[in-house]
Parts: sequence; C-alpha cells; structure tokens
Amino acid sequence: MMPHWLLALSPVLGIIAMAMSATHALPIFVAHIYDDGQEPRFVISMLLNFGAGAFLWLATRRYKRELALREGALLVVIVWTAGALFASVPLLLSLPELSFTDAYFEAVSGLTATGASVLSEIDRLPPSINVWRAELQWLGGMGVIVLVVAILPMLGVGGRQVSKAEIPGPMKEESLTPRITQTAKGLWFIYAALTVACMVGYHLAGMDWLDAVIHGFTTISLGGLSSHDASLGQFDSPAIELVAIVFMLLGALNFATHFLAWYRRSLSVYARDPEAYWFAAVMTLSIAGISLLLWWKGPFDDFWTALRYGAFYVVSIGTTTGYANADYELWPVFVPLWVLFLGTFLSCSGSTGGGIKMLRAIILYKQVYRELKRLVHPNAAIPLKVGQHVVSNHVVFAVLAFFFIWTAVMVSATLLLAATGSDAVNAFSVIVGCLNNIGAGLPGIDIEPLTDFQTWVCTFVMLLGRLELFVMLVVFTPAFWRK
Amino acid sequence: MRIVILGAGQVGSTVAESLVTEANDITVVDLNFDRLKNLQDRLDLRTIRGNAAHPAVLESAGARDADMILAVTQSDETNLVACKLAATMFNIPTKMARIRSADYLSHPEIFSPQNFAVDFPICPEQVLTDYIDKLLEFPEALQVLEFAAGRVSLVAVRAFQGGPLVGHPVSHLRTHMPQIDARVAAIFRGDSPILPEGDTIIEAGDEVFFIAAAENIRNVLHELRRMDKPVKRVMIGGGGNIGRRLAKQIEHRYDAKLIEFNKAHAERIAAELDRTLVLAGDVTDEELLENENVGDMDVYCALTNDDENNIMSSLLAKRMGARKVIALINRSSYVNLVQAGQIDIAISPAQATIGTLLARVRRGDCVAVHSLRRGAAEALELVAHGDRKSSKVVGHRIEELDLPKGATIGAIVRRRERAGRGLDAQASFDYDVIMAHHDVVIEPEDHVIVFVVNKRIVSKVEKLFQVSIGFF
Repeated sequence: MMPHWLLALSPVLGIIAMAMSATHALPIFVAHIYDDGQEPRFVISMLLNFGAGAFLWLATRRYKRELALREGALLVVIVWTAGALFASVPLLLSLPELSFTDAYFEAVSGLTATGASVLSEIDRLPPSINVWRAELQWLGGMGVIVLVVAILPMLGVGGRQVSKAEIPGPMKEESLTPRITQTAKGLWFIYAALTVACMVGYHLAGMDWLDAVIHGFTTISLGGLSSHDASLGQFDSPAIELVAIVFMLLGALNFATHFLAWYRRSLSVYARDPEAYWFAAVMTLSIAGISLLLWWKGPFDDFWTALRYGAFYVVSIGTTTGYANADYELWPVFVPLWVLFLGTFLSCSGSTGGGIKMLRAIILYKQVYRELKRLVHPNAAIPLKVGQHVVSNHVVFAVLAFFFIWTAVMVSATLLLAATGSDAVNAFSVIVGCLNNIGAGLPGIDIEPLTDFQTWVCTFVMLLGRLELFVMLVVFTPAFWRK
Repeated sequence: MRIVILGAGQVGSTVAESLVTEANDITVVDLNFDRLKNLQDRLDLRTIRGNAAHPAVLESAGARDADMILAVTQSDETNLVACKLAATMFNIPTKMARIRSADYLSHPEIFSPQNFAVDFPICPEQVLTDYIDKLLEFPEALQVLEFAAGRVSLVAVRAFQGGPLVGHPVSHLRTHMPQIDARVAAIFRGDSPILPEGDTIIEAGDEVFFIAAAENIRNVLHELRRMDKPVKRVMIGGGGNIGRRLAKQIEHRYDAKLIEFNKAHAERIAAELDRTLVLAGDVTDEELLENENVGDMDVYCALTNDDENNIMSSLLAKRMGARKVIALINRSSYVNLVQAGQIDIAISPAQATIGTLLARVRRGDCVAVHSLRRGAAEALELVAHGDRKSSKVVGHRIEELDLPKGATIGAIVRRRERAGRGLDAQASFDYDVIMAHHDVVIEPEDHVIVFVVNKRIVSKVEKLFQVSIGFF
C-alpha cells in the first residue's frame, strides 16, 4: 500500500501532466502549417498526456493537501523523470528507428537544457519535431527557474539557499515580491519577454520564423539545440551570432537580477550584483585572451575574425549553451579545454545555465583565500563576504559538500564510462558536457557511439546536474524514506 | 545661563564640569543614581533622576526657564525626543542633541524646527575619530586643530634637534619660508607658557603651537623637526565605538589592523569593515602583538574603554618597536603621568570632544573651541560682529585691541565675494587666511582665531568680542 504522503503528490502530478498536454499545441500548429505528417502523432501524445493527468488527478484528488518539504523534493524528481517520459512519446512515434533509451535520453537532454543529441541528420527531421525538442529545452529552463527560486529554498538545500541569505541585493530586497507564486510569475514574465525579444532579434538578423522560434527557445534556456547539423554555423551570419551572444549572456545572469532591474527600471542593479560582476570580468578576459590566442596561433589571419569566432565559442560553451559556428577541431587544444572549464562554473545562480554556478565558485575561491589568510593570522576574524553580505559557515559547508559531490559524480561517472568501453578523453568530455548541462564536450567527440548502459549513465548525470545534485540525491538516502 | 544636561555619562559629566566652572546654573538628568550622586558630590549643580525623554522629568529639571538643553544620553532616540519636547512644551531657545548614528546624520532635514527641532546635532565619537585621523596624516604633530571649516589649522609639535628652525629665533620662520605665511602662537617650555616675540629662541624639547593654512602644515613641521616617513601601517587596539569608526574611516588609506577582545564582536566588526584585518584577542597579549608585527607599525592606537589597558598596551607596543603610539586616556591624572614619556600622545576623549559643545554655550559668536594641553589652554574661533562703534574689535588694528595678557590672535579668516556669482550661495565666496600681523584691521564678520594660554582669561576674551547693546 502506498503511503498517504505519496498519494498526496499524485494530484499535483496530474495537474502538471495536463498542463504539459497544452504544450503540444505549438508542434501541432507547426505540423499543420508545414504539413509534415506529424500532426496525428502529436495529437495522440497530447491525449495520452491529458488522459494520464486527468486519471491521476481524478483518482487521487481527495488526498490533495499542502505538500511537506520532502514531498517537494520527490515531486521535483518525479516531474523531471516522468516529464521526460511523456516528452519522449512524440519522438518514439515519429522516429520509429529510435530506441526507447535514445528517445528518453533525447527528452532528458531537452528538459535539462543540455542539448546533447543522439540524432543525426537533424536538418531532415520534421519541423514539428525540431520545434518540440526546442520547446522542451525552453520548458526545462523555465522549470529550473521555478525550482531554484521557489522549491529549493523550501527544501533548504542548493543554490537559492545560498542566494536567499547571502546574495546580491535581488533576493533580499523587498521588491522581489513577498509571495513565491508572485515571484515565480514575475520571473516567468522576464523569461518569456526575453525569449520573444530573442526570436524577433533572430528574425531581424535574417532567420526565417521557424528557425527564429526554435533558436529563440534554445538560446534563453541555454540549451543550445539547433535545427541544423551545422548548428548556428549554418547561417554564417555575424548578425545572428551577435544576437545569440547577447541573449546567451542575458540567460546566464540571475533572473532575479533581471526582474529587479526591470522592476526598478535601473541598470545599476547589475552593477551591485557581485555574481554579475565576476561573470562579466571572467567573460571579458576570456574572450579577449582566446581571441588573441586564435589570432596568434590559430586558424585566423585577422583579429576581427578571431574575435568573432572566439567570442561566440567562449559565450556558447561558457554559458553552457553549446551552439557551434566553426570547426573547433582545428583550434589549439587549449581553447576548448579552457572554455569547457569555464562552462563548469560561469553561469550565475538563478539562471538557466548549468555547472556549479558563479556564486558557489566565488564562495569556494574566497574560502580558500580565507584558509590561507588564517595560516598567517591565526587570531584573525575573517568573514567570507560576497558583495556586502557575509556568508555564514553553514552555507560555506553546504557549498563545499556540493563541490565534493559534484567532483565525485564527475569522477565516478567518467570511470563508469571508461569501465564500459569508452576511452578516457571521450568519457571525460561526455560527462563534463552532461553534468554541467552544456551538451557539447570537447570538439570531435560525440554521444552517438555510446552503449545503452552508457546512455543511461549520461541521462542520470544530466538530471543530477540540472537538479543541483542535492535534490536528486536526497531521494536516494534512507533517511528520506524513513517515517 | 540656565542649562539642562540630559545624561550623566562621560560626555555629560565632562560638559557639566566644564560649564559649572564658567558660572552657569546646571541641572543634570540621568537614570543612574550613582552617577548623579558622584556629580552632585563634586560639583555645584542640581541633579534629577528620571527618564530624560519624559515631559514630567524635564519639567522638574527646570526646562521651563532653561536657556539651553544639551541632550547627550547614550541613546539617539532619547536625545531626539527630548529636543522635540524641549521645543514643543518648553520653548527652550537652544537645543543640542548627541546623535551617533550616521543614518540620522545623513538626513539633516529631520533636525529642522518642524521635526525634531535640534539646533545642533553633535557626534563626539566622530570628533574624536577625526582628531586621531589628523594625527595619522601628520604623524609628527601632537595635536592638529581645524578652524574655519578646515582652512586654518593650529598644530602642536615638539621641536627636535635637527629641525632647521630649532636653536633660532621665531622670526627666522619668515626668512626660511618667505612664501609661506605661518605664525607661532605659543611655546610651552616644560609646563610654562611663553608668548613668543620675534626674538624668542626655539629650543629642542619645546612644544610649539603654530597656525598655518592647511596646505602649509607639512612645510612648517619640517622646520621644527626631522620628518618621519608618512604613515602606512596602523594598528588599532580595541574595537569599541572609536576603534571601529576609525578603522572604517582610514582602511582605504592605510593598512589597518584592529584587535578586539570579544570574539563575537570581532566577527561583527570584520563583517562591517572592508579591508581591515580584524583580530580576536587581548590588546595586552604580547604574543599576539608579536605575531602581528606590532614592531613594524607606523602608528599603534590603543582605543579601548579601559585606561589601564590602553596604557599597558601602548607601552608594550612601543617597547616592541612601534614607531608612534597613541593612547586614549580618560583620567586626567593618568594623562599627566604618561605624556611625554614612552607614550607619544595621550588623548583625553573628554577634552578632545568637548570643544564642539562648548562653542555653542559660550557668549559672543563662538564657532569653535578647542582645549589644548589637557584643558590648560584654549584656542577659540570667534566671529567679530558690529561696526567700529558697537564693537571693541571691528575696525581696530590688532595692536590696538585690549587683549588680556596670555591671549594672542593667531589668524583671521575673511570671506570675500567671488567675482563670478555661482548659483550656490556657499560657493560664491572665497576665503582668505590672513596671518595676524600687528597692523591688520579687523573687519565685520571676520573669523578671528584667538589662542589663550590660560583658561581663566577666556571669559575676558569673549567679552571683548561681544557687541554692545546698541547694535540691536
């Protein structure tokens, strides 16, 4: 017999499933316009979604009540795993040669805004399928924002817990509304507005509307999925690349900071956000350095071309998006290694990016500095400050634990892939790409040759990375299931 | 004058003491019975026990016919309320409040007559902090006092063998530095004052007081002693009100370290400060001072609340090699014990801060009063009002003034309208600093800086500057 507290989750899941059926409207519309034959399949998937949701809701409605903390954690895990299950249905229906493993991987890669793909010849996929894959990334990005802003703080773990007490102005000040639902609405509004702006930007820069919509979805969510095998390189347009860079940068900043800037009609909010400061500093230095390196050692003869490709690459991988616009295999090997390293920490907390987040990186760096200073001055009281706010030791320990788990997951998953047949570089590259939701690893290395088992490992790692490790792992602890 | 003083803490009792000797009727209000009893036993004044922000208490303290109220309790809020009551219920003409929070001070509009009705907000902690800050800027000086909003300074310095002017008459200052106008106001040799004439010889060990425009201080100091390297490293002992303020004020200009005894308090201070290294420990802990290289410090400031700790700690720091040590010492008997010995500068917080208060209490139009040499001497900034008929000063040459013996005029600050009128009233004036040579004629509204070697003659000087009745 299922415990009651699990039953209480079902009606919520039912509602979410029914809401998700509504998201099928867009691919159905696209299928109808382009007449690509996928319309009935999306309708089937939609009905399935709606039916399952309605059944769950109706059957367990009477158990509905306020959710407790641990139910929240479980809810998040179920939403992401079961959501991916439903999301893979249209893929399975329209691409019969796709195995369930691969379809599920593809759906998780979408919902976690990772952008890795097992599919090839993407150009020849039906437009509605590409829209669906892009929309999944967009929904995933939106989910992450709610997760970080609304759910993690209730659980008392993860990124927002850090941000709640210690971060920039945004989270602390009265102007982010007192209620979570209102806050979530405000953030979604920013998210949607940026998406629309991005789509319009792409269209003005020369994309047709279909491509603009697809890439708009995957730019703001930092997913990096494209409807072309050559990714953004397909267009070979500096204007399109510029639009991409601008919106990738915006997507990698804390959405609470965007919200506050919009609310106050003031750009000074960004200047006061220490995360944004470090983000901008590391980004600028990296772009300058990489461009100079590409000009000096690399394939480009003039600086401006080097800057165009260098800036795009640094922003694309650094923000965990994963678009490509050139053949990176020809570049000095330092460049991809450096940007992959950036991708592990550069995105700000409360953004749609992956990795350990800038805030945690700042705290880790300052903690190291603090320990060193303590060796010289054993009596000193050295507070760890981010911006003007003091970070409590409790949070520092949580960040250290997070970093430890992150490293442990990366090492063990890499070893697991190596043990099951991948070579070392390959395994490392794929796992870094998945754990940090970048999608792309080192150039020239693909997901495709993975075995089924390895694909499941990657799927799990993507979910771990997206759900900020703790939320996913807490569900696997015995204490979680104890009464 | 009838004056009501609210609060009998350090500030309140020092002010009371100082004002009683100047023939005022003082009533002191405080909650603490022992403090009041102590005051009552020593001084000729009245004490009332009660909450200073309650109308009934103010009433019984004689607020109805008081000329002035000084709200100097520990609590900003009590002081504000008391001033408001003094204005609304008792119509006391002059109201001063001690305001410590920078938050209040940054909104001057709340002190207006419609609001809290504070005529002069004062912050003794800030005055003391500025005082120490000045000493860090001029590490050779014993005391640096500012007049006319910082345009003129009076500097006390001990003359040392090696200064170009030492061993020479005062008049050589002019020949050494023809382009710089400075004036030696007084010299203390041992404990006795010498009013310098042109041929007075400056000896090594003399405490020389000179007046100069702010930008010339360094040049004049150079004449009197070998100059030290500018201050780079500062260590502050004690993270109390003063220590914390000082650290915050100087941390971007100097390398600052601060020692605070209470660990929790140390952590709070560290959170508040940006660059200061905050250490948790005892200021008299030799090992801690050793580990933190007190010997390499340019200045060590002992600023705890405890006199003995400050003395011990600064002696220790000096022995371990700190270049210059400053100690905050409340008890005047201690100050006399340690000054000019191992401790370079002993600051009496009460004497350093009381000037701003006294300036408002004095008759005549007195802008600033500074105590010198632990209160034995005073420097006053007075405004000359009226015209040749109504005033004994205006329109007269300095040599004609009937100054009592022991008083000298150091400098005059004269406001002059600027050629092009600015929009801002303040900005449309320039200020001239005029050194007081015998033939300078004093004009109306001049700020006159008077140096008084003996406090007993202060009232005579003030009388001199009062305008006779006919003026009004």
